[in-house]
Amino acid sequence: MTPAASVTAAPSAAPPRGHRPYAGTGTLVRLALRRDRVMLPVWMLVVGAMVTGGTGALEGLYPTAAERADIAAAMNANSSMRSLVGPVFGDTVGALAAWRFGVFAAVLAASMSLVVVVRHTREEEETGRQEMLSSGMLGRRAPLTAALATALLGNALLGLVVTAALAGQGLAGALALGGAVAGAGAVFAALAAVAAQVTESARLAKGATAGALGAAFVLRAAGDAGEAGGGAAATWLSPLGWTENVRAFGTGGERWWVLAVFAAVTALLVAAAYTLTARRDVGMSFLASRPGPANGRIGGAGGLAWRLQRGSLLGWSVGFLAAGVVFGGMVDGAAELVGDNEQARAIFERMGGQARLTEAFLSAMCGLFGLVAGLYVTGSVLRLHGEESSQRAEPMLAAALGRMRWAAGHLVIAFGGSALILLLAAGGLWLGHGKDGGAVLGACLVQLPAVLAVGGLAVLLYGVSPQAASAAWGVAGLVLALGWIGPALDLPQPVLDLSPFAHLPRLPGTPMDWTPVWVLTVLAAALTAAGLVRLRRRDLAG
Amino acid sequence: MTKAITVSGLHKSFGRTHALDGLDLDVAPGEVHGFLGPNGSGKSTTIRVLLGLLRADAGSVRVLGGDPWHDAVELHRRIAYVPGDVTLWRNLSGGEVIDLFGRLRGGLDPARRAELVERFELDPTKKGRSYSKGNRQKVALVAAFASDADLLILDEPTSGLDPLMEGVFRSCVAGERERGRTVLLSSHILSEVESLCDRVSIIRQGRTVETGTLAELRHLTRTSVTAELAAPPNGLAQLPGVHDLRVQGHRVSLQVDTDKIDAVLRSLTGSGVRSLTSTPPTLEELFLRHYAPAGADEGASR
Repeated sequence: MTPAASVTAAPSAAPPRGHRPYAGTGTLVRLALRRDRVMLPVWMLVVGAMVTGGTGALEGLYPTAAERADIAAAMNANSSMRSLVGPVFGDTVGALAAWRFGVFAAVLAASMSLVVVVRHTREEEETGRQEMLSSGMLGRRAPLTAALATALLGNALLGLVVTAALAGQGLAGALALGGAVAGAGAVFAALAAVAAQVTESARLAKGATAGALGAAFVLRAAGDAGEAGGGAAATWLSPLGWTENVRAFGTGGERWWVLAVFAAVTALLVAAAYTLTARRDVGMSFLASRPGPANGRIGGAGGLAWRLQRGSLLGWSVGFLAAGVVFGGMVDGAAELVGDNEQARAIFERMGGQARLTEAFLSAMCGLFGLVAGLYVTGSVLRLHGEESSQRAEPMLAAALGRMRWAAGHLVIAFGGSALILLLAAGGLWLGHGKDGGAVLGACLVQLPAVLAVGGLAVLLYGVSPQAASAAWGVAGLVLALGWIGPALDLPQPVLDLSPFAHLPRLPGTPMDWTPVWVLTVLAAALTAAGLVRLRRRDLAG
Repeated sequence: MTKAITVSGLHKSFGRTHALDGLDLDVAPGEVHGFLGPNGSGKSTTIRVLLGLLRADAGSVRVLGGDPWHDAVELHRRIAYVPGDVTLWRNLSGGEVIDLFGRLRGGLDPARRAELVERFELDPTKKGRSYSKGNRQKVALVAAFASDADLLILDEPTSGLDPLMEGVFRSCVAGERERGRTVLLSSHILSEVESLCDRVSIIRQGRTVETGTLAELRHLTRTSVTAELAAPPNGLAQLPGVHDLRVQGHRVSLQVDTDKIDAVLRSLTGSGVRSLTSTPPTLEELFLRHYAPAGADEGASR
């Protein structure tokens, strides 16, 4: 600590000079790392464990080069798999690991980046903490610089974790994949920095960046569905497409220059964020909020919940509809390219479960929508937790409003919204594909009981204790990972069965089986009821 | 000697809202200056301009001899700020936050920090999420008073403090004045302003309507006088500045403009005074007069 004497000794007669726009950045980085001391290591651990464990599984599954060449050829011929995970660029264990986990790790890195950057920029301004910080010796560029530095540091470490996990498979490929993952994270960190300047709320900044991440995934998926070499224009429009196009462990060698694309785009976005931040006041934004009505018509708990959640539901609806249209447009092309490979079929059946390829593709896409809807329902249910922990629930519940009715207002939107976005995804697929409307509708809606079960578990976790509520995100992420990258790992069936989605009939194609639908619906209702009972009996967080 | 704060003709708009409309403010070094005004009159906007968080649209602003926008970083070495609503990081302890602000202000005095933590009865090991409103406020106050700033800018700093802690706060401000530091205190607690401030500025709708010592401001309002006289009063009604005169036999009650009180007293003693009570205007009256919306003074228009 600086002794007081050195402060008073500072010359105070001469007028001070200079902006020193970066003053205090180091202090803010230390603050950010201190605040994120749990979150960042957990993220590293999850990615590290996934890549290490997954690579081991791949090694055991395909021990010989011939087997690996077989599976690589099969996967490249299979457009459903290509659109979900991307093409394979080699027949080594490293190449399979890069194929299997590259894009997934990049999505995780991007999610981490957007959370970190928004948390240390817009959220600080929103809470008013930035004002108090900025009354200290803090340059105007320091908050943004510190947030970006923290996110880039996190991504660098994440890249190193990936590299370390794969170093045994060849250092060059491991470095390339680590760089590709960190690069995607860096691009989305910079994008989140821009969003944080433009929007007025942290929630909106995170939502907009997450929407861009979703769009990047859809673009890459659309590009890869039509082409096996990752060279489609749509793929090149997506930062996640660049990750695969680094071709870590690729047979023809890594494409190191793609890493420069990440760097260039990151630099451009960072420059844009700095320009924007210099043109606005602290706490203000470019998308300023308009004045609201002087007299309110919000009728009660349900009306308030709708008012709070409608924006996010609109975003999810547009996203699901658009993704449906894009995936629908890919269906016909997807069915043509698939070869006649036994192994491919085996994995493919595990993934889509259907011999007829169009149906399998539709089934895989509807399954993906279901998995992602699990994220929506989790976020929507956890609004309850947000309202409680920010003390906004307290005055509501102090009024003539029971906890059940208060919670019901949000749960109706969580569960009804899940049905709505799945309907819209079906509508989008039907629009894009142009036929099989009924089959697609059934395939999407059959996901709903599993989505509701995920939501029900979130209600239970929240009902048990506010501290446990965040674990619901872990559940949603695990379910997503099991459904997305689980099947190709040949995980034991009991593990795959942990996910409610594993029990659903794979529509279209297989006959409808109502048993899991009813079981999951009853389970969802039971979990929700149990959560609500617990909520009624426990103390509110104060 | 350079002023601690000089603001003249300050304008700031947010879209169509004119938050500040030609505001003036002068704070001399070493004084405790009260900064008063109704809600939404522009106090916090002014403070944010003084801190270089907002850029002035027009007008000149000098803080400690520097430009608060261009020299923000260097000036902030010598400024400590306490907002009225302190938000802390959920997973950082109060002690961590105090030291963080110390680093951001160019150091704090560990001995004084320890003393203040004790005086404010703050537990610095608790995490941000478990502090009550008053305790969050104490964290910011300890950080500000323990720093070696020349200028303290306090924006309703005692909201949520209990009366005991309010007393500690007052003695801390008094101590700051003794050490020659300057304090700009925005507050709605009039007893606090009365006991602490050397001078006050009152603003309304983004403009300064009155500046001066409390004595000077009192001068501008009326004093109520009630007297029991030996003989009937004589000629009181003709004196300038006398209002609401009521005479009941030998009993007189009236209100008088404070700067005209001398003549009234002479007239009363001319009739022989048996008893006299004179009530100076309360601060509430003083401020209600200044806070009232424009046009209310004319009475008839409202």
